[in-house]
Amino acid sequence: MSEHTVRLVVNGREMQGSAEARMTLVDFLRDVLGLTGTHVGCEHGVCGACSVLFDGRPVRACLMYAVMADGHAVTTVEGLQGSDGSLSPLQDAFWENHAMQCGYCTPGMLVATHALLAGNPDPSEEDIREAIGGNLCRCTGYVQIVEAVQMAARKMREAKS
Amino acid sequence: MKAASFDYVRANSLAEACKALADAAPDGRIIAGGQTLVPLMAMRLARPAVLVDVNSVAELAGIAVKGDRLVIKACTRQADALASAEVRDNVPLLAEALSHVGHAQTRNRGTVGGSLANADPSAEIPLIVRTLDAEIVAASTTGTRSIAADGYFEAAMMTALAPEECLVEVRFPVWPMRRCGWGFEEISIRRSDFAIVAVAAQVELDAGGACVRIHVGIGGAAPAPLRAGPVEAALAGTALDDAAVRAACAQIAGLVDPDSDVHATADYRRRVATKLAARTIIAARDRARGG
Amino acid sequence: MSERKFRYVSHKRRVKEDKRFITGRGRYAADISLPGMLHVAMVSSPYPCADIKGIDASAALALPGVRAVLTGDELFAHTNPLLSGLDLPHVARTPLACSRVRYAGEWVCAVVAESRYIAEDAAELVAIDYDPQPFVIDPEEAMKPEAPPVHASHGSNIFFRKKWTWGDVDGDFAAAQRRLSYRVRWSRCSTVPVETFAVTARWDEGRDILEVWASIQMPKYPEQIARALRIPVNAVNVHYDVDVGGSYGMKRGIRQTVIVGYLARTLRAPVRFIEDRLENMSGGDAHGPDRIFDVSLAYDDDATVRSIRIRAIDDVGCYPGRAPLQLGKPVGAIVGPYRTASAEYEAISVSTNKTSEEAVRGFGQSPTNFALETGMDHMAAALGLEREEVRRRNLIEAHQFPWTIPSGSAYDSGDYHAVLDKLKAEAGWDRLIERRDELRAAGKLAGLGLSTCLEPSGGNSSFEPLFNPKNDTTTWMEACLVKVDMLGTVSAMIGTTSSGQGHETLVSLAVGEVLERDPDTVRVVRATSLAALPSNSPVGSRMAIMLGGAAAGAAQRIRERVLEIAAHNFQLPVARLVYSGGDVSVEGDPSRTLKWEQLVDIAHRRYHEMPLGAEPGLQANFSWEVPTGGALPTADGRVQMYPCYAFEAHIPLVAIDPDTGKVEIVEYWIAHDCGTVISPDIVRGMTFGGIAHGIGAALYEKYEYNADGQHLSGTFMDYLLPSSHEVPNVHMVKHYTPSPLTTFGQKGAGESGYLGAPAALAGAVNDALAPLGARISTLPMRVRDIEALLAAHRE
Repeated sequence: MSEHTVRLVVNGREMQGSAEARMTLVDFLRDVLGLTGTHVGCEHGVCGACSVLFDGRPVRACLMYAVMADGHAVTTVEGLQGSDGSLSPLQDAFWENHAMQCGYCTPGMLVATHALLAGNPDPSEEDIREAIGGNLCRCTGYVQIVEAVQMAARKMREAKS
Repeated sequence: MKAASFDYVRANSLAEACKALADAAPDGRIIAGGQTLVPLMAMRLARPAVLVDVNSVAELAGIAVKGDRLVIKACTRQADALASAEVRDNVPLLAEALSHVGHAQTRNRGTVGGSLANADPSAEIPLIVRTLDAEIVAASTTGTRSIAADGYFEAAMMTALAPEECLVEVRFPVWPMRRCGWGFEEISIRRSDFAIVAVAAQVELDAGGACVRIHVGIGGAAPAPLRAGPVEAALAGTALDDAAVRAACAQIAGLVDPDSDVHATADYRRRVATKLAARTIIAARDRARGG
Repeated sequence: MSERKFRYVSHKRRVKEDKRFITGRGRYAADISLPGMLHVAMVSSPYPCADIKGIDASAALALPGVRAVLTGDELFAHTNPLLSGLDLPHVARTPLACSRVRYAGEWVCAVVAESRYIAEDAAELVAIDYDPQPFVIDPEEAMKPEAPPVHASHGSNIFFRKKWTWGDVDGDFAAAQRRLSYRVRWSRCSTVPVETFAVTARWDEGRDILEVWASIQMPKYPEQIARALRIPVNAVNVHYDVDVGGSYGMKRGIRQTVIVGYLARTLRAPVRFIEDRLENMSGGDAHGPDRIFDVSLAYDDDATVRSIRIRAIDDVGCYPGRAPLQLGKPVGAIVGPYRTASAEYEAISVSTNKTSEEAVRGFGQSPTNFALETGMDHMAAALGLEREEVRRRNLIEAHQFPWTIPSGSAYDSGDYHAVLDKLKAEAGWDRLIERRDELRAAGKLAGLGLSTCLEPSGGNSSFEPLFNPKNDTTTWMEACLVKVDMLGTVSAMIGTTSSGQGHETLVSLAVGEVLERDPDTVRVVRATSLAALPSNSPVGSRMAIMLGGAAAGAAQRIRERVLEIAAHNFQLPVARLVYSGGDVSVEGDPSRTLKWEQLVDIAHRRYHEMPLGAEPGLQANFSWEVPTGGALPTADGRVQMYPCYAFEAHIPLVAIDPDTGKVEIVEYWIAHDCGTVISPDIVRGMTFGGIAHGIGAALYEKYEYNADGQHLSGTFMDYLLPSSHEVPNVHMVKHYTPSPLTTFGQKGAGESGYLGAPAALAGAVNDALAPLGARISTLPMRVRDIEALLAAHRE
């Protein structure tokens, strides 16, 4: 059993902690770094509640050991707001459209759709459903989530032009 | 669902990875994307003593066309292979199959080599490897060897790789696409699920529209992906008209050896493989004619 | 349809709770970390039935970091067994198995260690000597006298069996021109929240209080904890400000809490148990109704349904908690939205060696609606009439409300024909038929489904005395405390957890509406159970009605106090005053106004200006009994089940690949009437989410067992939940028929969509199969099931 020091950049800040090799990235983020916004739902890579951005790409944090993240950059839901605490257009659109109920899948949904909009400013409904296709929600039936992303995309395009 | 304890080694080169595997043999495993290995370890169905992380081995990532081969390094992310123009232009059948592999998030970490090393009987990448007769290159401390597709898959989740071997690359034959067409269909219960059965086909037509080459592969209907040899033999040289295709595909029921599980019965797999094969070959033919 | 104008209620408004969720600042049970906290992992039975010959925990205890291994015997010696909703004195339910395991996945030992990782390592080292015993998996096999007994002390595998006859069923069957019979099967499934159940307990030695944080949705949770742990109820403090990551009925949590509470006291350290997904799916509060319905209809040539006979077998698995009562709640809508004059209902609760069933959204109504709607479709086919037409002819008409059904429940209000008309008009029934036919022409199988169903709402305990006359309870209350502080801000106190229903938004809207103060300024606080007024939890689609009513009632008392203070200061009767936005003026003379802040200041600081003998300060609580509640069932089982009845009509269009059996939902329409809508966004969300659950039950979800009694659906790779690809965009049409029984005319909407979707999808798939003469009567209608049916029909 090997114990490791894991150093990584989380939400733009350098952080470090100690982890056994077998500690997953999601457990490390939650229990060692205290960032409990990322959630655990299944621990076998299906539900997507643990989604984070890893070097900018959405991945399942339950399918990675923390040691593998050493030297890399992770963004969690806590890193989606502006540094002054302002909500991102996506977060605001989730609120405006009530794109959640219990909130448990929401961090994963925000991460997945944040990555979508970063790469595709004008996604179709199919693109949005594809982006969240690996994030299970048992509350909303996904409709208001899709609507929120459509609104966010529109507002972001308007802000640019 | 926490894994049993293990030691972790991060390799910085292929040689380091091979040495670490040799030192730990037979209880060492490579971890690349981890999308199938980590769940197995979480359920304690896999308990390697040592995990060798190859995600930092630069020589194990990359896509290149070398002569008549598309060479994909083992640690290439499925997402990158899916987005690659080289893959799309040279082996479009692989590009299509990749779009069915898991979900966008799993493709961001999962690797082409990882899927091959795992060798799930219904996985898409092994199916394409088998269908197109790709070669698999593996390395160990004692050297490198090339394994033909028809000798690589031994049984469900079992390959010809030795415990101390590391997959290096896969070499896909490139067909002259202007006279070729591909088809791919799979049935999964939900969009991102493993395929229950999948069929891949690639055909090459001559100037007169007759089929000079046809490869048909079936996944999920046997312990390993298989080539539908008798179907190929029956259709070679023909114009691949619908009736002939369906008649040839009737042989599939006798070729496959499917299991029953919680998602589908063996009979389901047998019947649906037959139907999907016909659809796939016809689609390949139409693409070849149109292209 | 009456149009009440509201200031805040019914208007589009952001949901308060969402703010913390979008910033990742929800506070779920697993987020709470206490110093010195220990972690639990379970050792589970691999056998469906076995005697426990011995438990050797020595290797586990020797592992560094392991603090204890708790067995069922030790727990049983120090706790009381758990309650059942049925009268079963010889069936004891304990949180850990004692001497015998009765289902694969049953928890046998609880291992406690310094981390969950170590606890799992240790759990593998606990050696248990099992002696496998005969077991039974199929409920109809279990009902046979020769079946292996799940609980030998009970004498049979039938936990409950009773038949009620309401009206002249025999006479109506004899007099009817036609009869038909059918069987449908609703397979074991449930609502599977993404968050598993988690609970942390800490025994405060200085105060003799058990502090509990849990992901819970369970009525009388503190009471059940106290009873099981043999401590006073006022020694239990449940923290209701834990955010619950979805529940939809399931998170009963009592077994887990008894284990953790006992360990916390014994080990003198905080103890936390978070179910992993394997523990959850096989041993947790996970499984749901598992029904066989045998139904007969007596009807005439003109499609009038005269009478109905229903026999419902429910396989509750191993232990009877509250779940068997899910056969009782549907009594309150046993004939659906139709004018059927008589009904017979036989409810049979059967035990098998499977994971125990727990409460699922709707508490049995969705499977029952599926059974009822299947009958309407059968009748339509037999008569050669349209499915919509047979429903129209039987639906209760708007002028007939309140309408009492044979089993004693009165339906409060409704306008079913108007809802159906609206749905058809907006969806374009003819357009959908055309679209279906185009899909058929293109080589697919395609079908249109229709269901018209009820959502009984408001909750009540009536099924408890109905199923167990010894439990003569009729109270099903809710309460709320509202206070206005010295500087005029308003706060409301509630005593329950929430799992996404938006109760803070609900209460702030209700209070804001009555006080005419901006709901955004109303703070909603969750008291702990020691400080809270009694609550019965968000079950039975009740909170909009009951908590909304309690909050409005408390606010109304404050409004009256404010008017009395103003009346005293103006030396005028209240009738001469106008209340507006919290300010009070003399009618016709706005120059004489006392503003809210002034009135509040008088209440809090200026007793010399208060009416004689008035209560100082400005606070009020309001507790009330469920409307129409308070009566026990009659001798023949007639009782008002729930007070308010919401109505929904569904029309899905499906396409089926004839080669693979895969179903695609091409379009989905629902028309929904839950009376006054307090929060449009919340009601939309509930409905879409309910439809998603219904799609799962109809097409994907089943807890599968093999002949060896092994549970095959214990992970998310085997139990398949609908993703954004499987749930389509849903078109929702709204109608509003207020309830005369509630504060704003609201009915419940917590189960909407789920109650009618499986029935509608079954109708759609069968419409697609009809041209082939094939029919499917079992849910879920999986790819393999449909393809097998098609293959059989080809031969």
